[in-house]
Amino acid sequence: MTGAKAVAGIARASAGLGSRPGVIASHAFLLLGAVLTVFPFYWMLVTSLKTNTEAMASPPTMWPLALQWGNYASALASAPFGRYFLNTLLVATCQVTGVLVVASLAAFAFARLRFFGKEVVFTVFLATLMIPGEVTLIPNFVIVTKWLGWYDTYQAQFVTSLASVFAIFLLRQFFLQIPRDLEDAAVMDGCGTFRFLWAIVVPLSRPALITVGLLNFLAAWNAFLWPLLVTRGAAMRPIQIGLSAFSTEAGTRYAELMAASTMVILPTVAVFLVAQRYFIEGITRTGLKG
Amino acid sequence: MTAPTMTIPGRAALAMTAARRRAYWRETGVAYLYLAPALVLLTAFNFFPAAFAFYISLFKWGLVQEEFIGLQNYVRLVTNEEFWQSLGISVWYVVLAIPVEMALGLLIAYLLFQPLRGRGAYRTAYFLPYITSTVAAGLVWRWLYKREGGLLNEVLIALGLPKLMWLDEPEGVFQLMAHAADANLPAWLAGPSLALVSVCVMSIWHYLGFYVVIYLAGLGNIPRETYEAARMDGAGEWQAFRYVTLPLLSPTNFFLLITGTIGALQAFNQIYVMTGGGPLDSSRTVLMLIFKTFYQQTRVGYGSAMAFVLTALILLLTWANFSLVGRRVTYD
Repeated sequence: MTGAKAVAGIARASAGLGSRPGVIASHAFLLLGAVLTVFPFYWMLVTSLKTNTEAMASPPTMWPLALQWGNYASALASAPFGRYFLNTLLVATCQVTGVLVVASLAAFAFARLRFFGKEVVFTVFLATLMIPGEVTLIPNFVIVTKWLGWYDTYQAQFVTSLASVFAIFLLRQFFLQIPRDLEDAAVMDGCGTFRFLWAIVVPLSRPALITVGLLNFLAAWNAFLWPLLVTRGAAMRPIQIGLSAFSTEAGTRYAELMAASTMVILPTVAVFLVAQRYFIEGITRTGLKG
Repeated sequence: MTAPTMTIPGRAALAMTAARRRAYWRETGVAYLYLAPALVLLTAFNFFPAAFAFYISLFKWGLVQEEFIGLQNYVRLVTNEEFWQSLGISVWYVVLAIPVEMALGLLIAYLLFQPLRGRGAYRTAYFLPYITSTVAAGLVWRWLYKREGGLLNEVLIALGLPKLMWLDEPEGVFQLMAHAADANLPAWLAGPSLALVSVCVMSIWHYLGFYVVIYLAGLGNIPRETYEAARMDGAGEWQAFRYVTLPLLSPTNFFLLITGTIGALQAFNQIYVMTGGGPLDSSRTVLMLIFKTFYQQTRVGYGSAMAFVLTALILLLTWANFSLVGRRVTYD
């Protein structure tokens, strides 16, 4: 960020944003915006620790009179959240693994192999980005539930997401950067293309694979509309549908509802805070929209 | 692009061309093996369904495929008031959300691009909503908007203002403003319902971080010499921004305009959770209407026709963006 510093230096000289009042105004604006942005999370957390009566009190209390950790237990007890979490974890694991395998293979072909029809196939892959999700929703429902007979199964929830063109592009970019010499040396040692991919390309591309894995984990964890269409009951349904169903059932028990929401949001926030740079990197590179 | 991987060192130069050709075709075979899973999946769940959607839309199709009815679903669609109403709501949704997201996203990114203390923490804070589920976040906002006991109305009470119905308010926002001034607007000037605007505010909150991150990347791509030259020439902060930064950001603007519009038309979860399309269908976007037609009324053929028309509109819009705005995009 030396560039930013240089710019700021020049800006300071001519009393722009980098001047002292400018810096203070920037901080004031950014801080206000950040507080407003984070506030709904604060309110969710605070509400989740109040009694249902205190949550509805007017005027509201900004901090619980006494911390009601029991809300979390009673939320967990009033709906099969354990099952929902398990279902989501299973679907997310399958989706992440599948996307990584399918995308690595395709990206390897585009990045490292020379073959007939390469440009055409690449353009065809690009073209899928022009097909909006709305139009494939109903036909995919017919294909997955009627033709494949997978209504109310785990595989129905992730099969349509396994081929991710974004993932293929991102991995291809990364695979292209692996030095040619490495490949020549591997071939010299009698290494086939698959062993080269598995033993050299994949380990060297860990950051890109982690990025793709995390973005797909996030997508699977937050999936709602598609699983809503292809599943029926609590046995197969993921956490987001469980939470939505619980919100109808909980009615005005807002403390418990916010406790449940906190539990659904918490894992993604934790993963994000630990692996933030991978997320930012991935979103910057692909412009992937959740 | 690259030399064939399978060249065997030490082979006689004589056989080179034939051997090369053989290696090329062998590599082609290998390449398609690697591509096979992706090709099969993309064909099965992207390309084929896009065409299949049109096929379905030509049938009366309830629980099962019934009779072929040609373009009747489309004829019914064009004359269906609900569809046009929903289209209008979707347009409002885009028009309300995208400009605000772009303007705020750019402003925040521009401020964050300075070497400020704590910029990492700011970025994390602004990005946090984007990674949270729209279902859970939608429930939190529904709680904030709640008429009795919701925080926003409590704030209004504390300020001595009348409470609002927020997500339960089907009346247009312009009309509400007019009413506050004891005036009355004709129905066509009522504007989007407060319920829809409230959902939009939540969506802006949710997606803003994405815009900030993309704008930060866009700002990082501008060669620093351009700024420096402009400032050296005596351009002020605003002038440098207006005449140097903004034009050079046009590819980023263009990208966000297109992906943002497409994304906003796909908004579903937060609307489902917060209003369910109501009150009085005033927040029922096209996707919500498709969902209701297809899932709740099991009119698969008719729903497919709607989806197909929406897709055609999206493609048309993208094309129009490319030819109208795209021409003025500066690439360096």
